[in-house]
Amino acid sequence: MSKTSRTSITMPATAKKDSIIEIRAIAQHDMESGFRYTEGGKLIPRDIIRTFTCTYNNIEVFKADFYSGIGANPLIIFTTVAVESGTLQFKWIGDDGYEAVNQARITVS
Amino acid sequence: MNKMTHQHRRHWFKQVQGLGLLAIGFCVNPLAAFAKKEDANEAIKKIVGGATVRTGKVTLTIPPLVENGNLVVLKVSVDSPMSANDYVKAIHVIAEGNPLPNIFTAYLTPRSGTANITTRVRLADSQTVWAVAQLSNGSFWQGSAETLVTLSACTEMV
Repeated sequence: MSKTSRTSITMPATAKKDSIIEIRAIAQHDMESGFRYTEGGKLIPRDIIRTFTCTYNNIEVFKADFYSGIGANPLIIFTTVAVESGTLQFKWIGDDGYEAVNQARITVS
Repeated sequence: MNKMTHQHRRHWFKQVQGLGLLAIGFCVNPLAAFAKKEDANEAIKKIVGGATVRTGKVTLTIPPLVENGNLVVLKVSVDSPMSANDYVKAIHVIAEGNPLPNIFTAYLTPRSGTANITTRVRLADSQTVWAVAQLSNGSFWQGSAETLVTLSACTEMV
């Protein structure tokens, strides 16, 4: 079963060449830690996003591995150098076939 | 006389033991899996291998007092020029009081520009959180921050 959810990217649409831009990426996800119990005492299985990658014109510029210590609706803020105009693609991959992709365009002058 | 008190004490001990087990069954069960400092050290050792970890360069920012451990804003930055031959390869964040000490690992490139990462983490207990950075020359640096957590994450029932 494959799952997906809403994601959101916040970053500037335009930037000066070689300037550093800040990117905020958030995905809607419960990040069930696998350490919680139901009232009946049953362990709730782990269901989290495992990896996040950011590619800039198909070149990987940032990657992160998430564990159960990341809070629900994981937000990650990182930076990259605006080298050229193009597309940034963001991809989240998680348990139970979870996959979400988002894109943002940037114009570099 | 001596034997009597001995038996009495044994009986009392049995009762107390029973109570203790009951208490464990009721509230400590989910807590039993919490990592300790050794687990965190083990996790760090796994990351660095045999290399020595020096203190410095890494700044970890978390609020000193956290009301709710479910969402804690954590910021980690590493002092680095982020040039093609001197940059931060990876940043690992380890919480010594969480059931699983690893929180996240970020992989950076010279194209990151800066080594600043902000995210929101879960903290199960008042504890020290560690950040270990691996530089492109193979050296490891660490920084830490202490925090007090009043409401723990991941122990609540659903």
